[in-house]
Amino acid sequence: MIEIRDIEKKYEMGGETVHALDKVTLSIQDGEFVAIIGPSGSGKSTLMNIIGCLDVADSGTYILNGKPIEKYSERQLARIRNKNIGFIFQGFNLLSKLSALENVELPMIYQGVPAHERHKRAKEALEHVGLAGRIKHKPTELSGGQQQRCAIARALAAHPSLILADEPTGNLDKKTGKEILNLFLELHEQGNTIVLITHDPKVADWAERIVYIEDGKITSEGRGTRRYGTDELTIDEKHTYDAETQAEEVMPDGADAIL
Amino acid sequence: MALMQSFKMALKSIAGNKMRSFLTMLGMIIGIVAIVVLVSIAQGANASVISSIEGMGTNMITVSVRSRRANPIKLSTLDELSDDPYIEAYAPYLSVTGTVKAGNTVYDDASIIGTSSSYMLIRALEMEDGRFLSTPDIDNRSHVAVIGSEAAEEMYGSTDCVGSSFSIDGTAYTVVGVLKSKGTSSVGSQDTMVLIPFTLAQRITQTTGVTSFYVTATSSENVDFAQTGVEDFLKKYFSSTSYYSVFNQTQMLSTLSETTSTLTLMLGGIAAISLLVGGIGIMNIMLVSVSERTREIGIRKAIGASRGNILSQFLIEALVLSIMGGALGILLSYLIVTIVSPLIGVTMVMSAEVSLAAVAFAVIIGAVFGLYPAAKASKLRPIEALRYDG
Ligand SMILES: Nc1ncnc2c1ncn2[C@@H]1O[C@H](COP(=O)(O)OP(=O)(O)O)[C@@H](O)[C@H]1O
Ligand SMILES: [Mg+2]
Repeated sequence: MIEIRDIEKKYEMGGETVHALDKVTLSIQDGEFVAIIGPSGSGKSTLMNIIGCLDVADSGTYILNGKPIEKYSERQLARIRNKNIGFIFQGFNLLSKLSALENVELPMIYQGVPAHERHKRAKEALEHVGLAGRIKHKPTELSGGQQQRCAIARALAAHPSLILADEPTGNLDKKTGKEILNLFLELHEQGNTIVLITHDPKVADWAERIVYIEDGKITSEGRGTRRYGTDELTIDEKHTYDAETQAEEVMPDGADAIL
Repeated sequence: MALMQSFKMALKSIAGNKMRSFLTMLGMIIGIVAIVVLVSIAQGANASVISSIEGMGTNMITVSVRSRRANPIKLSTLDELSDDPYIEAYAPYLSVTGTVKAGNTVYDDASIIGTSSSYMLIRALEMEDGRFLSTPDIDNRSHVAVIGSEAAEEMYGSTDCVGSSFSIDGTAYTVVGVLKSKGTSSVGSQDTMVLIPFTLAQRITQTTGVTSFYVTATSSENVDFAQTGVEDFLKKYFSSTSYYSVFNQTQMLSTLSETTSTLTLMLGGIAAISLLVGGIGIMNIMLVSVSERTREIGIRKAIGASRGNILSQFLIEALVLSIMGGALGILLSYLIVTIVSPLIGVTMVMSAEVSLAAVAFAVIIGAVFGLYPAAKASKLRPIEALRYDG
């Protein structure tokens, strides 16, 4: 349960103050699938970093699971980042000296997952995102899309209950992007909370709830139609739905968007 | 997270950054080798000086006269010393420069010394072949010489050369005796000596006085009495004690070890500077890689590493690197001291204390400068560490 009230974040840039977040109030229930959508520079990543306990707001309150964030100790926050949150960064943030497999294993090392299980889960996660043949590669030996999928695998393999994804499909082609979104749907069905950041309305449309942000302010809210609108689908129907999108892909109208 | 995991991560990081690891260790190795080897040289010099002086016997007194003008001590005046009951023997000593030539062979390493027959007893020389210089040789200024074993080998190819002749600056001499080998000592090799009658040496150098001479006491207990006798003798001829100096072996030993301890101090100082430079090298490489490492720390924190995780990884990394560097440094020093030193003919004595101190210093520097940036970075908010770019 995430409760944010009147959060502000300012940056001083050469005498000018940028209000990256301007009195943002937002609640996210456990198990929700929320998309935060807004143009570039609207404060999405800033908000995400605060939700993910990587950064702190200048003012306002952030209550995580019923407790104000400032009441958590440094060690407790490390545990939360490690066990509860799966962060998918816009810039991937993979360790360049480690292989894809080692990168995916890293959060589990800090969790204390035994080597054998860690290895198995990391491999499975990489297979899941279609990187089975690249597990020994270093990030520099992977394409942008592959790095993004590696970062996704790293977040998912640790089994977090809250997934924070910052433009997770930004570097992916249509088909992989759709696979990743399906993965999120699946995790959502299993009861995980998902916060998806995007600037693309077609991607946001996959979420249950859509929050619009502009110039650091939340302007409106809506509901996703792609999946939760009139023709609501369930996981069981996924393959039919896949067939549908594939059919749609060959049509020229959605060519500029990811999906 | 278990210590084992931190250890594995540290090793992975060392292996994954070979260049950085190598440079860190290089600084350490250079510093340690410099200090250990230089101190070994100084201590080696000290040890060899002491042993060679001790080897010369402790009942010897050395006199050297400083005023060359109107030197009142003549060879005949020395005879007064024979009346002293504590004095066993005395011999004048005069070093000569000249070209030694046997046939067509020029022997450059010769140390030509003019002396008397007692020199054999005083320096405890032994004959390989032939005889030593005799009193008539001195009195008659005979053109005869006694040579060291190395001199004989170099000049004639064998020590079997009594009766052969050679020349010093064109003047002919006959070899009457060859000395047994005594080996090299820091006060000069006796094996390269070419000993000629003192009177001839005076003629060559165009001097009339005795500028230095050796005296031996009847026993080492009597050295002080003998020295008093020598000083009384000198006082008769000189108006001031500043014209001469009298040394017994014990004094010489302490003077020389003062000199060598100055040498030790000086070399130690140079070595300490190189260790410091090595330490600064370690520090630099650790600090230079900080921006890269700060991002790494940011990533690790973002995915759930605690400060403790980060610090233990970096501490172990720094310790492993500096201990490895230290061990390699000591190994290299050991190789230099045991293999290289005999090859270049320099005595070196490796000191366990100095080696240990050098390694300890390197390890502390490595740990401090490996940990300090990591400790700083691990305090940052993950997002600050992720954004860090130097
Ligand atoms: N570290 C920073 N220093 C200064 N300004 C920043 C910093 N991070 C973000 N900003 C500014 O804050 C605003 C919001 O940034 P961000 O949250 O990254 O936007 P988005 O992710 O929506 O594109 C932008 O105007 C950006 O320039
Ligand atoms: Mg962003």
